[in-house]
Amino acid sequence: MFTLPLSFVFVILVGVSLFFFYFSKKSIVQKSAQIGQRSKTLSTYYGQNAFLWSFIPSCLILILISLAGPNYVDQIFFARVQELNPKFNDSFISLILSKVINVANGKIGTDDQKILTLANEYKIATEKLYFYRGLVVILCASMLGLLVSYLQKPKTNARDKVETFIINLFFISAVIAILTTASIILSLLFEALKFFNLYNFFEFLFGLHWAPNVAIRTDQVASDGSFGMIPVLAGTLLVSFIAMCVAIPVGLYSAIYLAEFAAPKIRDYIKPTLEILAGIPTVVYGYFAALTAAPFFRDVGGSIGLSVSSESALAAGAVMGIMIIPFISSLSDDVIRAVPQSLRDGSMGLGATKAETIYRVILPAALPGLVGAVLLAVSRAIGETMIVVMAAGLSAKLTANPLDSVTTVTVQIVSLLTGDTEFDDIKTLSAFGLGLALFFFTLILNVIALTVSRRLSERYE
Amino acid sequence: MKKDGDTMKQKLIAENVDVFYGEKQAINNISLGINENTITALIGPSGCGKSTFLRCLNRMNDVIDTCKISGKILMDNTDIYGTEVDPVELRAKVGMVFQKPNPFPKSIFENIAYGPRIHGLASNNSELKDIVLSSLEKAGLIDEVKDRLDDQATGLSGGQQQRICIARAIAVSPEVILMDEPCSALDPIATAKIEELMNELSQSYTIVIVTHSMQQAARVSKKTAFFHLGDLIEYNDTDKIFTQPENEKTQDYITGRFG
Ligand SMILES: Nc1ncnc2c1ncn2[C@@H]1O[C@H](COP(=O)(O)OP(=O)(O)OP(=O)(O)O)[C@@H](O)[C@H]1O
Ligand SMILES: [Mg+2]
Repeated sequence: MFTLPLSFVFVILVGVSLFFFYFSKKSIVQKSAQIGQRSKTLSTYYGQNAFLWSFIPSCLILILISLAGPNYVDQIFFARVQELNPKFNDSFISLILSKVINVANGKIGTDDQKILTLANEYKIATEKLYFYRGLVVILCASMLGLLVSYLQKPKTNARDKVETFIINLFFISAVIAILTTASIILSLLFEALKFFNLYNFFEFLFGLHWAPNVAIRTDQVASDGSFGMIPVLAGTLLVSFIAMCVAIPVGLYSAIYLAEFAAPKIRDYIKPTLEILAGIPTVVYGYFAALTAAPFFRDVGGSIGLSVSSESALAAGAVMGIMIIPFISSLSDDVIRAVPQSLRDGSMGLGATKAETIYRVILPAALPGLVGAVLLAVSRAIGETMIVVMAAGLSAKLTANPLDSVTTVTVQIVSLLTGDTEFDDIKTLSAFGLGLALFFFTLILNVIALTVSRRLSERYE
Repeated sequence: MKKDGDTMKQKLIAENVDVFYGEKQAINNISLGINENTITALIGPSGCGKSTFLRCLNRMNDVIDTCKISGKILMDNTDIYGTEVDPVELRAKVGMVFQKPNPFPKSIFENIAYGPRIHGLASNNSELKDIVLSSLEKAGLIDEVKDRLDDQATGLSGGQQQRICIARAIAVSPEVILMDEPCSALDPIATAKIEELMNELSQSYTIVIVTHSMQQAARVSKKTAFFHLGDLIEYNDTDKIFTQPENEKTQDYITGRFG
């Protein structure tokens, strides 16, 4: 039996659908000629209608089978392997199954006769699946195309039908976007709930001690682990605060310069440059923080008699601030330029200087938007991971000293979830608790930011 | 009438003023004198340079990078483009009211108090309040807003907003008030109120108004200047311009044949 790969089926599908496009278009012209009546809309809409009906549902079926089919085959063969020896446990069966699959795909060879047979059957089953996939899709496309072409009469309003079809398509896309977001949140929520089953919610929320060291082996003597998130959250807030101390003044002032003082020529260069800065991968900033900024702060601190730890909140925060500067300056620049020119004229016309105009009229008028920009930047800082992973440290200390090393929520999540972990372990699950807390924190900030900045646009309508 | 005008003191005198926006000349060699404590109207078709000329009188054109001005504009016999004149101080003496009402997004009180505050005209809060109240009084707005001085000025009606802008200009005690189509965004009743206000103000302020409404120019102004394509075509007493214009173009414009 020959195989029908995905790309091949897709090309045929497109061909069939295109065929029905032209077929419907032609046939509607003929039909209307026969009854001597003009078709209700342009003939191309009848073609489009037939194309959409033949293409979209079949395409969805194709995607569905391609996603679910192999899984289904695997499940069947899982049962087959189990039949071979009922005493095997699940993970061992999975191991054998993956061997079977690899043999079937010709990636490895084997001498084991049983596996060879299974692999052969697996290969045949897969080919069968592909064959039926192709058959079903092409048949579906042809039948639907034929049906729609047949049903279309000159008095059918094909234009409306196409319109409805496309609107529904948009709607479905929107629903998919929302559903995926919702499912991400739900999975986070469920994992977090598992954690709160094992650990008291309020102790997590208000606990002052974070030490997720659970015994690795059951016979090991270790503490049960303590999961109070306050020190971790405090670390996040400290680093974010330092970042904002860097980013807000620099970002805001450069935005004011760009919006109010820079000649258009200079603006044309500076603004894209700033936006390129925003495109630098955060891991690069992380390197910079760990290899340049941290040693620099340590040396400077050392030379004036301050002890700066080599992983300091200051280094991580300062570099994170640099990362956020373009974000703030670009948003603020837009906000400041949205303040109507008439307000500037009004102020200048009263004999105010440019600086007075900026401080007393433009910034107050732009304030809601600026607050929105800053809050968005804060929520970015809180969620930022790479820089702090590389430069902030791991020890959960409840400190306000920027020269000390701190840990953040994101750093803890990374360190809890990397390496050898078990999925029902309290230590692993606590990462989801942290994730949920982080999610709510940034969600609230974003909601405030959006509400506040919406005010600005309302005011000038 | 004419005699009266000639003997009056001239507050502002423009001598051979040219204005360029980049390469493009917007004002061609204009000379004209503006009498003290009178209303002078600038009329002419769209794009003829009325706003440009008006903005020269308080150096608002300085704000535009491409704008270059030559010639002299004397105010009380000093050239306002002279090196010793600070444009910021000049604008406090020559206030401006714009076409679209542009109150600041602040309270009514803060709007009026804005100018006095930046120029330090009041030494304490009660003085500031006096200035605000008397400016609102002069702008004929006091009865409408005295109970809600802390409300946002942007929440007022268009006509009230425009009078707030006038009050705001008055509050810095200017000598000249420039108005660029102050009524074009307003309905007839609000317009009538502003015209009445201008009449009262003209006793103590020199007012220059740009308008597209011939009737308005005729109603409020003593002298009228007709601009066309950057040239000053005719400048005379308003009565004269509207009854027996000397220039054919003026005649065509005021009878509505072009523009
Ligand atoms: N900022 C500017 N940059 C370049 N050219 C300008 C600028 N402002 C005005 N101009 C030009 O100068 C000329 C005079 O413009 P101005 O605004 O003074 O006309 P106006 O008489 O006030 O017209 P309107 O009655 O439509 O307000 C016009 O040709 C205009 O295109
Ligand atoms: Mg104008």
